[in-house]
Amino acid sequence: MDTAELKRIANEVRKNIVTSVHAAKSGHPGGSLSSADILTYLYYVEMRGLDPKDPKNPDRDRFVLSKGHAAPVLYGTLAEKGYFPKEDLVTLRHIGSHLQGHPDMNLTPGVDMSTGSLGQGISTAVGMALAGKMDGKDYRVYTLLGDGEIQEGQVWEACMFAGHRKLDNLVVIVDLNGLQIDGEIAKVCSPFPVDEKFMSFNFNVIHADAHDFDSLAKAFAEARETKGMPTAIIAKSVKGKGVSFMENNADWHGKAPNDEQFMTAMKDLEEIGKGL
Amino acid sequence: MAVKYDLSGEKKIATRESYGNALVELGQEHEDLVVLDADLAGATKTGTFKKAFPDRHIDCGIAEANMMGIAAGLATCGKVPFASSFAMFATGRAFEQVRNTIAHGELNVKVAASHAGISVGEDGATHQCCEDIALMRVIPNMVVINPCDDVEAQAAVKAAYEYVGPMYLRFGRLAVPVLNDPETYRFELGKGIVMRDGSDLTIIATGLEVYESLVAAEKLAAEGINAEVINIHTIKPIDKELIRSSAAKTGKVVTVEEHSVIGGLYSAVCETLAEKNPVRVLAIGVQDEFGHSGPAKDLLKEFGLDSEGIYKKIKEIL
Repeated sequence: MDTAELKRIANEVRKNIVTSVHAAKSGHPGGSLSSADILTYLYYVEMRGLDPKDPKNPDRDRFVLSKGHAAPVLYGTLAEKGYFPKEDLVTLRHIGSHLQGHPDMNLTPGVDMSTGSLGQGISTAVGMALAGKMDGKDYRVYTLLGDGEIQEGQVWEACMFAGHRKLDNLVVIVDLNGLQIDGEIAKVCSPFPVDEKFMSFNFNVIHADAHDFDSLAKAFAEARETKGMPTAIIAKSVKGKGVSFMENNADWHGKAPNDEQFMTAMKDLEEIGKGL
Repeated sequence: MAVKYDLSGEKKIATRESYGNALVELGQEHEDLVVLDADLAGATKTGTFKKAFPDRHIDCGIAEANMMGIAAGLATCGKVPFASSFAMFATGRAFEQVRNTIAHGELNVKVAASHAGISVGEDGATHQCCEDIALMRVIPNMVVINPCDDVEAQAAVKAAYEYVGPMYLRFGRLAVPVLNDPETYRFELGKGIVMRDGSDLTIIATGLEVYESLVAAEKLAAEGINAEVINIHTIKPIDKELIRSSAAKTGKVVTVEEHSVIGGLYSAVCETLAEKNPVRVLAIGVQDEFGHSGPAKDLLKEFGLDSEGIYKKIKEIL
C-alpha cells in the first residue's frame, strides 16, 4: 500500500475519532489523533493474519491498546477496516453500545484485550508474546503506550520480563506526544530519557516520526528483523494531530468538541484530505 | 446427610502442599496448564510443578501486578494459567490487575494464593492477609474458593482447571488435619457440605476452621448441644439454599473463618440470610485488627479461632 493511500486512510480514521467523540460528548481525542497514523500503519501494512470476518484467528498478530483511553483511534481504525459498521461509531460511550469508553474485548470485534487502566495492557501483550514463544507460533504482538503511561511502575515490570525472556516477537510503541492531562510530561514527572530506559531493560530502541509513514515503515521493518530482544519504538507525535485547535494542547486530552468545534475540526480534516 | 470425616488430626498437610501436588497431577494430563509465580515458588509450592514441568512454570520475579497481566495475556492465547503468590500480594498488591484485566475481561485465570490468614505465623501482620476473601468476593465474575484440608484442596484445584473463568483459590501455610475421606469426598462448586447434622444451632465454617468447628461441636454435643456444621468451601457463589434451610431449622447461626469478620464468610452468610429469613448470626473470625508475629497455633488460640475459642464463644451466646 502506497503512502498516499495510508495518509488518506489515516485522515478517515481521524474523522472517525472526531465524529465518535463528538457524538459521545466525552472521551479522549488528543491521544487518539496523535496515534492515528501508527494504528493505520499497523492495521493496513504491518500486522499479519488479520481478517475482520475471523477476528479471533489464533495465528493472527495481536494489538493491545495499553493506553486504553485512546479507544476512539482503535474503534476508528477497526471500523475503517470493516470489523463493524462505521455507523456504530456515533454510539460511542452510549448505553447499549459495544463501543465502551475503554476497549472491551468481549464486546467489540477486533479488540484483542480489554484495557483502560494504564500500565496493565503492556503486561498482557507480554503474556501473548510469551504464549507465542511457548507454542512455537510466529505471530507478533504490538502494544501502544502513552508517554504519560510509562510513569506507571508496572510498565517497567513488564519490560524487565520481556527483556529477560528475549521476546523478539513483541513491539512496544510509545506515543510520545509530550503531554498528559496535567500538562507537559517533562514538567509533571519526567520519564526522560525514555530511550535509555528501554535500552537498560534490554530492548532494541528505535526512534520514529509518528506521522511519517516512511519513518514508521523503517522502524517496524527493523523491529521485525531484530532477534533476541524486544523492540521499543519511540514515536514522536503531536497530540491532537490534524485538528488545528487541538494540536499540542493538553486541554484536549479528555474533552469532546462541541457542535461548533466539531464543524471546525471536520473542516480541518476535509482540507487535509483535499491536499492528499 | 452428613459426610464421613476424621477428627483424629493424626495426618496433617498444609493446603499449599495440596495445591502443588494437584498442579503436578493436572499438568500431566493437560498441556495447556501453565503456572506463574512471583519469586515464591518454594513457599507457594508451585516449585513442585516447576520440578516436573520447568517449561510451563513462569517465574515473573517480584512483580505481582505484571504477573497477573501476563497470566491474562496467556489466557487469551488458550493457556490455563494458575498465578500464585501470597494472599496479601495476589489480592492486595495486584487487586486492580485482578479486577480490571482478569475479572472484567472474564479471562480464564486462576489466582491461587497461599499464606492466607493469621496462621502464616511468625512473619507477622504484613504477611497475614485477612482481607483476601473480601477483596476477591466483591469483584464481579470472580469465584472464591477456600478449601478446608488436603482432600478438598486437591479436588478444588482440579475443579478450578475444569471451570472456565476467573477464580480465586485460598491456601494456607500451616499443616492442618486431613479431615475428609479421600474415598468418598466429592467437591461440587458452589455447594456447601453438611459435615455434621444438628438441630440446636448451625455452625458455618470455611478453610481450616471447619476442623476446629467440628471439634468444638463434639464438645458441645457432650453437653447435649447438637450443632449442625456446614463446610462452605465456595464462598462465592455461596450455597444460599443450604444456608437458609439450615438457619430455618436451627434458628441460630455462627460463622467461623480465619479472615476478617468484615467482608468475608460472615458477611456473605448475613447477606444471604438477611434477604429472606433473618436469624441471629454470631461472627467468629479476626476482628477489625491486624495480626502479629508468633507461632501459628498460638495465634489461632489468641484470636479465639481454635476449637476451644469457638466452643467458649458459642457457650456465651447460647
